[in-house]
Amino acid sequence: MSTVAAIVERCQALFDDLDFSAARAWKAAEPGRIVVGFMPFYVPRELIHAAGGLALGVLGGGDQLEVIQGDAYYQSYICRIPRSTIELGVTGRLDFVDAMLFPSICDVIRNLSGMWKIMFPKVASRYVDVPQNFSDSVGGSFYVSELGELRDILARLAGRPITDDALRHSIAVYNENRALVRQVYALRSREPWKAPSAEVYLLMRAGMVLPVEEHSAMLADYLEAAANQERPRRDNSRVVVTGAFCEQPPLNLIKSIELAGCYIVDDDFMLVNRWERSDVSTEGDPLAALSHAYLHDSLETAAKYQPDQSKKGQWLIDAVQRSGAEGVIFASASFCDPALLERPMLQKALAARSIPYIAFKFAENSGQMQPIREQAGTFADSIKLWSAA
Amino acid sequence: MTAIPISAPAKSQPAIKDGSMLKQKEMISGNYAKLENAAAEGRKVVSTFVPGNLNELIMCFDVLNNLPEINAIQNGMRKKTGGYIMEAEKRGHSEDVCTYVKADLGMIEKGNIGPDGQKLPDPNLLLLSYTGCFTFMKWFELLRDHYGCETTMLHVPYQGDGNITPTMIAYVVRQLREEVIPKLERVSGVKFDIDRLRENLARSARAEEDFVWVLNSAKARPSPIDAYFGGVYYIGPIFTAFRGTADAVEYYRLLREEIAERLARGQGPVTPSGDMGPERYRLVVEGPPNWTSFRDFWKMFHEEGAVVVASTYTKVGGIYDLGFRHDPARPLESLAEYCLGCYTNRNLPSRIDIIERYMNEFEADGFLINSIKSCNSFSAGQLLMLREIERRTGKPAAFVESDLVDPRYFSPANIKNRLESYFQMVEQRRAGAAARAA
Ligand code: SF4
Ligand code: SF4
Repeated sequence: MSTVAAIVERCQALFDDLDFSAARAWKAAEPGRIVVGFMPFYVPRELIHAAGGLALGVLGGGDQLEVIQGDAYYQSYICRIPRSTIELGVTGRLDFVDAMLFPSICDVIRNLSGMWKIMFPKVASRYVDVPQNFSDSVGGSFYVSELGELRDILARLAGRPITDDALRHSIAVYNENRALVRQVYALRSREPWKAPSAEVYLLMRAGMVLPVEEHSAMLADYLEAAANQERPRRDNSRVVVTGAFCEQPPLNLIKSIELAGCYIVDDDFMLVNRWERSDVSTEGDPLAALSHAYLHDSLETAAKYQPDQSKKGQWLIDAVQRSGAEGVIFASASFCDPALLERPMLQKALAARSIPYIAFKFAENSGQMQPIREQAGTFADSIKLWSAA
Repeated sequence: MTAIPISAPAKSQPAIKDGSMLKQKEMISGNYAKLENAAAEGRKVVSTFVPGNLNELIMCFDVLNNLPEINAIQNGMRKKTGGYIMEAEKRGHSEDVCTYVKADLGMIEKGNIGPDGQKLPDPNLLLLSYTGCFTFMKWFELLRDHYGCETTMLHVPYQGDGNITPTMIAYVVRQLREEVIPKLERVSGVKFDIDRLRENLARSARAEEDFVWVLNSAKARPSPIDAYFGGVYYIGPIFTAFRGTADAVEYYRLLREEIAERLARGQGPVTPSGDMGPERYRLVVEGPPNWTSFRDFWKMFHEEGAVVVASTYTKVGGIYDLGFRHDPARPLESLAEYCLGCYTNRNLPSRIDIIERYMNEFEADGFLINSIKSCNSFSAGQLLMLREIERRTGKPAAFVESDLVDPRYFSPANIKNRLESYFQMVEQRRAGAAARAA
């Protein structure tokens, strides 16, 4: 059995590797393999898997990538992730990627999908539209048809058909992965000292670059190793971090929050790993099953419309209650329209239930952590004072 | 982006005292008066956005149409938005997000007094036609949070691959049938009559025909219109509460006649300072204008003899010059195609193709982007656009930055400097080309 340290070390190496060597090696290992990149937050990875491909999460350049050319494509008032993604593209780091998928999350990523078509014309690129209407006969039939088109594109790319059986098998593989992901989050929320957030983060990031089967094995190993490892329990406050569903915070930011006295017991980094809340059906038409899960059993985020006003923000309240959190930290990327426009509505829902919160912004390459550490530290202290009162 | 100064304050209006302008003024003040009297007269009000608006459909239910973007623009031109934006920021809205939203929310927080000084009615229905911009969805949810009224949403898929597919049309039509129309029936108490919709659409198509004629008049030298600064007045009726009305048909008929006369006389555009001097530069402009200093911004162009012969902003509420017309024979499908075809609902390569086409067809000397801090929908990707247009046409391109309604982001000196150097560059290129030809 691997130790926690060994697993985390592997994840850290994958995280630091801006050349995606592991994914390159995977592709090179067998002729005809395809790699399909996708941006946050959600794409139906099962389709890529069923095409025999590797779904590669492209989550920006973090704080280690020097963005030189990417900056020339964006005005100062646009977030970081599109420019670092362009940097990854123009510096050849994604030259082994056969297709790029751009989820329907905001106007920046939407427009980036078109930029990709112009800048990398040899790469198949597709904007993955998802319905904002959640009835099966309306939004569902649209989505099934979109999934069908994507299936055709991927099949052409892979040079083989994607059968229903293959797709049902891929759904089962991802169901297993999501179940393990949920277990890791549950462990962290139960005993956060045993699964520190920086570790959980790296573990989830590994899922962006590894084949899903390998990632599932890693998650299982981690669960076992972490449960058996004694670690000191601190008197930290328990918080949910929200707003970072696209551009990722620097790893140091996550560490800083915990060092400042907060256990992160839930977050929205990399929603794709647990987008569907329970198993997707492996019976019947697999596209209908994926669509049904999207419409009726998926997580909420700012990019998704909530048709029922009385439920606005309820998912965050639920996350707080489920994880036993004492407060919420809104950490949004600067200039992130969806997160920042959503924030006042979520804050209102929290205030109505007297759940304390703080808010700050970050960029994926933020270097200076002192202010965040101070803010999070003060928040942790105030939660304690507040709960003692 | 996404809207137009359907009526600017008197001092900001171009010095057109033509019938069309008087007609437009009358239409706008009439609409605001109706909105103000809505409660007293028992009329229902629908709030909706400009791009992909369903005016012809809304009219079938005898409800009034209130457009938050238009209020933001109107308030911007009246220099009220700075205060409203600060109010919204004081209440927790981020400085990073779209200022149209904050201008609207700030206005509501301060009593919802509309641009003409009267209280705007609370909507009975929020109808989100979600086209070309994600911010609309959040804006709409924020409004719903405030008003707590009935809502309905029309999700318009994005043209990610640069085309409209039958699936997209079917999706939009199904939403119209199953969600939007039943909701409008319920709120208004009026039963849907498809023949009424057809009549409205037929009127739209008539107005669209004249409108396109006006836009295309800019192909002449000199251009009789400015298709950006002047264009924002011309799009007023057709992008807002009047598409499908007899008033709009009449407005565009009058406008066409007036422009035809200017054309026949070889006149250039009318500006706020009167007739423009000789046409020296023909430009294509991408991006919305700034509203808080609209007149000053325009002046930087017309004083230099720069006329905008085509603009993308005048396509946010529908693109008609590429052939689309509302079609009474296919009423719901045609509404779907309209929504799907609005400018920012087209992918970036299509947007670049449209601009390239304008550059060629309107024989432009250069391309200019007014990049709007607020608007990711327009702005993200514009620097690539700039390079592409330069590469494809060999014409000089330039870039200025401002905001829609936040006066903090309009820096006149910077913009003027940039424009002056740009015009010099156009001049040099031209001289170079002439020398090569000689
Ligand atoms: S960080 Fe926010 S604004 Fe930027 S691309 Fe992601 S979702 Fe869009
Ligand atoms: S982001 Fe742009 S398109 Fe969207 S509401 Fe704001 S100004 Fe309009």
